[in-house]
Amino acid sequence: MKEQLQKDFDNTIRNLTLSQKDIEIKKFYLDNFINKGFPNRREEDWKFSDLNQIIKKNIGELSFYSDYTSTNKVDTSAFVDGLEHNKIVFINGRIEKIDFDYEKKDQIEIIDQSETINKFNNNSSLSDLNSAFTNKSFKIVVKEGYQLTKPLIIYHTTNSKIWSKNINLRLNFELYKNSSLRLIDLFRDTSEKNFLNIFYNFDLKENSILKNYKVDKFENKNIKYSFNNIEQDKNSISETFILSSGSNFCKNEINCNLNGEYSSAFVNGIFSINNNKHHEIRTIINHLTENTKSYQLIKSVLEDSSRAVYQGKIFVNSKAQKTDGYQLSKAILLNKESEFNAKPELEIYADDVKCSHGSASGSLNEDSIFYLMSRGLNYQQARELLINGFLLDVVEKITDPEVKNLIKNMIGIKE
Amino acid sequence: MDNRQKEIDNLKDYKYGFTTDIENTRAPKGLNEDIIRFISNIKKEPQWMLDFRLKAFERFKQLKEPDWQKPKYPKIDYQDLYYYSAPKSMKDKPKNLDDLDPKLLETYKKLGIPLQEQKRLNGIAVDAVFDSVSVATTFREELTKQGIIFCPISEAIQNHPELVKKYLGSVIPLTDHFFATLNSAVFTDGSFAYIPEGVRCPMELSTYFRINASNTGQFERTLIVADKGSYVSYLEGCTAPMRDENQLHAANVELVALDDAEIKYSTVQNWYPGDKDGKGGIYNFVTKRGLCKGKNSKISWTQVETGSAITWKYPSCILKGDNSVGEFYSIAITNNHQKADTGTKMIHLGKNTKSKIISKGISAGRSDMTYRGLVDISSKATNSNNYTQCDSLLMGNKCGAHTVPYIKNKNSESNIAHEATTSKISEEQLHYCQQRGLSAEEAVGLIVNGFCKEVLQQLPMEFAVEAQKLVGISLEGSVG
Repeated sequence: MKEQLQKDFDNTIRNLTLSQKDIEIKKFYLDNFINKGFPNRREEDWKFSDLNQIIKKNIGELSFYSDYTSTNKVDTSAFVDGLEHNKIVFINGRIEKIDFDYEKKDQIEIIDQSETINKFNNNSSLSDLNSAFTNKSFKIVVKEGYQLTKPLIIYHTTNSKIWSKNINLRLNFELYKNSSLRLIDLFRDTSEKNFLNIFYNFDLKENSILKNYKVDKFENKNIKYSFNNIEQDKNSISETFILSSGSNFCKNEINCNLNGEYSSAFVNGIFSINNNKHHEIRTIINHLTENTKSYQLIKSVLEDSSRAVYQGKIFVNSKAQKTDGYQLSKAILLNKESEFNAKPELEIYADDVKCSHGSASGSLNEDSIFYLMSRGLNYQQARELLINGFLLDVVEKITDPEVKNLIKNMIGIKE
Repeated sequence: MDNRQKEIDNLKDYKYGFTTDIENTRAPKGLNEDIIRFISNIKKEPQWMLDFRLKAFERFKQLKEPDWQKPKYPKIDYQDLYYYSAPKSMKDKPKNLDDLDPKLLETYKKLGIPLQEQKRLNGIAVDAVFDSVSVATTFREELTKQGIIFCPISEAIQNHPELVKKYLGSVIPLTDHFFATLNSAVFTDGSFAYIPEGVRCPMELSTYFRINASNTGQFERTLIVADKGSYVSYLEGCTAPMRDENQLHAANVELVALDDAEIKYSTVQNWYPGDKDGKGGIYNFVTKRGLCKGKNSKISWTQVETGSAITWKYPSCILKGDNSVGEFYSIAITNNHQKADTGTKMIHLGKNTKSKIISKGISAGRSDMTYRGLVDISSKATNSNNYTQCDSLLMGNKCGAHTVPYIKNKNSESNIAHEATTSKISEEQLHYCQQRGLSAEEAVGLIVNGFCKEVLQQLPMEFAVEAQKLVGISLEGSVG
């Protein structure tokens, strides 16, 4: 793999106009990655999902270089209907379109950061890989007091032109005081056997609100890793919702730093997976100052021989008195072969806190099925009703009505 | 005279802080094959036992000391420890209690176990371990009548080799982790109990551990086998004299329950925790594991952990037999600079297996406490159940309380439920108690005892009283 990496790296650099110093920095990250390699089960964070093995088994040899000189045609029919929205379109990792038609032009700033290397608050090997190979990266700034009228949908589209490729993406968001942003990540893949490595960084200033929805619904055979770092100032709110369903392997990581008083973070997620899929959500909520709040709810429905992992951590440092932290994960295993692993973790250094977590996993309640069947539903209907009700609980946590409807339609839940 | 006064002052803080001056027979410092041969030789062990030890030592050389635990400690030089020390006067075993070294007897008196009295008055058989050699075993006759074997493990190796051979290392294999393997290589003594088929042990079996000679790592080995349909309750209580240097204690405890058998294992651990500045104290790195080998068997662990500078142990149950049950009840209290990383593992392998975990952690001062546990329901363990509850109580913002549960469910017909909370003693509760005339300290003691009640109830009478007092004593000075 080392030679491949070196060769692909040289090709990637050639297409960029970087200063000698920046090349040195990228080289540094490349060397770091070569040293560490893909994470494996010996690392605590990857204990339940050995990425190295998963890539080996599903993809084999990866190539890291992508030719971004030619443009791809944007297929407008793939856009979400019935919801007016701003767009950013990635096709095979190349950014094809940035469109904020519905917003005031002077209130949003898009800065091309491709030629500056910015440090990322993460020193994992995947972050090194991302730093070494990303070739376009943008920063999106929402100015003070501006609230976007329409949500922003980021389309991550891949097509059959790519195969066994590693794609690295990076976006930075900065929300100034009193601003707000609704963001939907939408994955549509017709490609197979690629590894997507996505890093987002969010900087939330005082009173700003971020609603961050990640939708991986459509069946595909790709492997995805997405890391979200959220820095929160005073009174800011972040809401993250994850629908984890379509890809062969998908791991979402949310790292949230509650730096300012009265800031709050909400993370809700659904695993709805079948076949051999293996999905994971890992959250780390760092309560770093007084009076902060976090809430997490993760529900899983596992069919066939699928496997879901939830690793959630609430960290409270000694300054963070009056913290309120809550975490709940529930799983329904529908098949003998399915598996649910959880590691809900509390690390607490302050005494005046209210922190709790709960985790439950098991089968569908036979009594409930019996109850419904005795009222005239057949087995299949009763089962579906119960599962939908189970998942609806999480969907209802979405605070934006437009997005809530969109997601309800997508997973076919009716009230 | 001045020195003596100083010494007494030093000892004042710790109720059990005293050492008995008895000459020790020591093996030279260091860990090598010769030392292992020396231990084996002095114990007059058969060849198979020596082979067992040497095999473990071979394995030990390849193992790395684990470092994933939360409480870190300075590196231990394993070549700088004594692996064998025995009170000299023990070379020729005394025929009865009166033959014992009077100083030894005095030590036990201070510990609250006057042997002679106990033999007559209490229904408890005591196998007291003083450093590495068992001193005396009482009540053996009565147990023998029932066919129960309860003796030091070194005697069991001589007299019941077929049992020891069959079960030693069957739960904690030679190839287990670093400290367990070290124990297998150099263990000096411990207890052995065998309860024959259908016998309900008429009394609680009990051992008091003592660590005496300084710089001696004590490597205990306990093996309890409950044959079909039998029942036994085993008590383990620990106090250790005050020492400045850190002492390593790496014991192995193996429990085997056959069909319909039940083992109840209770521990009160109150070893020297180090002084107020975190100097000294015992390293308590113990491997405890129970195997529910037969159908309908049950193993229940209850522990009250208040002592030791570092406690690092996970009493576990392997639920292999169908319908077997595993239980774990724990209170862990850390104060000053104490650290604890404790919890349990429940491995469900058989059908219809059940496990229950209740863990209460209390941290005060500058201490740090971690609950770490594993619940693993394998794909064959149909219709199994687990319930876990971990509650932590924090006192002050200089201590830490952490919960790290690992939950693995591979069976769709099995259920796992896990709950954890972290909180502090509410002002209202304190106020209520103080209004009724309790001092702040008494109030905290009362509230904490209430918090722990679920676990304290599980202890046998003899322990429950002591444990309740301990809970109060351990938290002294943590209020205000």
